[in-house]
Amino acid sequence: MKIAVCLKQVPDTEAEIKWDIPKGTLSRDGMDSITNPFDEFALEEALLTKENYDGEIVAISMGPEGAADVLRNALALTVDEVALCTDDAFAGSDTYSTAYVLAAAIKKAGDVDVVFTGKQSTDGNSGVVAAELAAVLGFAPLTYVSKVRSIDAAGKKIVVERAIEGGTEVIEAKLPAVVSVIKGINEPRLPNLMGIRKASKIEIPKWSAGDLGVDAGKVGAAGASTKVVEIAVPPPRGAGEILKGEIEEIANTITDKLIDLKVIK
Amino acid sequence: MANDVWVYIEHKDGVITPMSFELLGIGKQLADGFGSSVCAFVIGDKVDDLAKEAGAFGATKVYAVEGEVFKGFRGEAYAKAAAFLLEKYKPEIALFRATSMGTDVAAAAAAQLGFGLCTDTIGLAVDGGKVKMTRAAFGGNYSVSVVNEKAAPQIATVRPKAFAMGEKDASKSAEVVKESFALADADLATKVVEFIKSATAVNLVEADIIVSGGRGLGSDAGFAMLQELADLLGGAVGASRAAVDSEWIPYEHQVGQTGKTVKPKIYIACGISGAIQHLAGMRTSDCIVAINKDPDAPIFKAASFGIVGDYKEIVPKMIEKFKSKLSR
Ligand SMILES: Cc1cc2nc3c(=O)[nH]c(=O)nc-3n(C[C@H](O)[C@H](O)[C@H](O)COP(=O)(O)OP(=O)(O)OC[C@H]3O[C@@H](n4cnc5c(N)ncnc54)[C@H](O)[C@@H]3O)c2cc1C
Ligand SMILES: Cc1cc2nc3c(=O)[nH]c(=O)nc-3n(C[C@H](O)[C@H](O)[C@H](O)COP(=O)(O)OP(=O)(O)OC[C@H]3O[C@@H](n4cnc5c(N)ncnc54)[C@H](O)[C@@H]3O)c2cc1C
Repeated sequence: MKIAVCLKQVPDTEAEIKWDIPKGTLSRDGMDSITNPFDEFALEEALLTKENYDGEIVAISMGPEGAADVLRNALALTVDEVALCTDDAFAGSDTYSTAYVLAAAIKKAGDVDVVFTGKQSTDGNSGVVAAELAAVLGFAPLTYVSKVRSIDAAGKKIVVERAIEGGTEVIEAKLPAVVSVIKGINEPRLPNLMGIRKASKIEIPKWSAGDLGVDAGKVGAAGASTKVVEIAVPPPRGAGEILKGEIEEIANTITDKLIDLKVIK
Repeated sequence: MANDVWVYIEHKDGVITPMSFELLGIGKQLADGFGSSVCAFVIGDKVDDLAKEAGAFGATKVYAVEGEVFKGFRGEAYAKAAAFLLEKYKPEIALFRATSMGTDVAAAAAAQLGFGLCTDTIGLAVDGGKVKMTRAAFGGNYSVSVVNEKAAPQIATVRPKAFAMGEKDASKSAEVVKESFALADADLATKVVEFIKSATAVNLVEADIIVSGGRGLGSDAGFAMLQELADLLGGAVGASRAAVDSEWIPYEHQVGQTGKTVKPKIYIACGISGAIQHLAGMRTSDCIVAINKDPDAPIFKAASFGIVGDYKEIVPKMIEKFKSKLSR
């Protein structure tokens, strides 16, 4: 079975974010970056799938050259192949062009049976690349997956549980499929020192727009439909009121104030 | 018609999810800005009642695709039908709810057609002949406005509770346009085998009142106390990641950057310090009450009302007062 996993590099939440305002994009230079937290679950699920069902894993990322770090981390966890989709033409991509480039990379990687992605990135926050990727590739869309019940590569079948509003949906789908995973589906493992050392020596293959055979008009800022026109820091919330006094008095005041909002039915 | 504003009617078990009416409310405002109409579109196995209801909430026209294959909900099938309608009529913008159902349909339709997509929108306005969509990025620490640079349609998913409900007027009705769209089971790659209803149906995103707990609760017993308060107020229970990681409460309750983004009318945070990743998920709540032992906890900077003290003393007192004041 051939397994693909999509890993996005995102700025560390603790890091100060720098914006390239005219371009409406994040200026990623000099910022601490990490693997998108949700993608660690996707990677772990790919590793578990390989262990349970046999197969090989290709990890794919689209981003600037520095995004090679997330792939190196995946190599340390013994994925078989990696590919970094990097090209100046990709800068400023929207979700559709991102899905379009990742789809081209997945096709180039070979006959992929299942693609794992995270539910959402912590920078762009869109939570749609998986569904778009499935639509572009014509693969079965399986989003918000909380458990992979079984995969039958020979019979081209997968059964998963999806965590959606109000409960869990069990879906049976034909392979190939795109599976986006939520937090808690597994416990991501950490690489060991030997893995890290080995990975540090491996050259990361880079795929350009030309290598992928993508239409330059459909990627990057040129291809993006949506353009960021304004970036603002939401106004801080007005300083609140600290309720003082004895507990009895505080409880009295706060319950009055909340009842006055006329929200409690 | 060109420039029309379309609203996707989400429904479950034959009932429209109430927040779809918020979309008709804001959809009407946008349509007024364009001098066009707000229309609804609905996909399902039986759509007549749904179409009628959408009319009462202000849709002037309802476009519908009906068929046995749409029984229950299957994102894949709904997306194909939605893409068919959007491609045929090319409205200015189509609004979906930013729920798992709405997002899946919106994303797959957008990708099938190559349309622009803005997710989890919290602001919508007509600006220079285009819809300016505002959304939170980077875990709510920034707000970003985007416009569609290419030809319409644009697709947007809208965060529940971001806009007020449209007004219902039962005397109003919409013209219903039924389109036939043939789709067979064999055309689909997915099949719903079963739906397991959650025992503790948590619908944080739609709750008006959330009582949330963090590491400061000290144990799962603390959550029983918060549940009592939440039940009393008709609210839901939320949690910080630290509480979820401690296994005091399941992940579906987590609020924050890697959990749910919520915007209730009242958010009561107990024993939560107010880390940036937690604030990202709840900072736009209308009224925030913080209960924390530490007077310097960052949560107080975001709170409308702060109470410095032990939740174990304060919450039971609040329960007692609410019980007597609300005669429950
Ligand atoms: C502030 C800001 C606002 C934006 N607004 C919009 C907008 O309104 N509309 C729009 O279309 N685009 C928008 N974008 C662009 C969008 O965020 C990027 O196109 C991004 O590459 C993909 O979206 P996401 O990060 O939100 O992914 P999500 O859909 O949240 O990601 C889901 C999963 O897809 C995979 N994935 C996503 N990107 C990559 C990647 N580069 N490499 C490998 N795997 C990946 C990961 O597994 C990830 O977990 C915005 C970007 C920023 C920074
Ligand atoms: C990538 C990433 C994503 C993350 N995503 C999320 C997310 O989605 N959601 C989230 O919540 N966090 C998230 N976090 C974690 C976040 O950084 C914090 O660690 C977490 O929110 C802390 O939870 P807490 O406030 O419950 O615990 P703490 O920070 O430990 O705070 C406990 C508080 O309880 C108070 N307290 C103690 N005892 C009492 C008492 N008896 N009565 C009243 N108060 C008391 C203490 O004074 C303290 O302020 C994320 C972190 C990272 C790095």
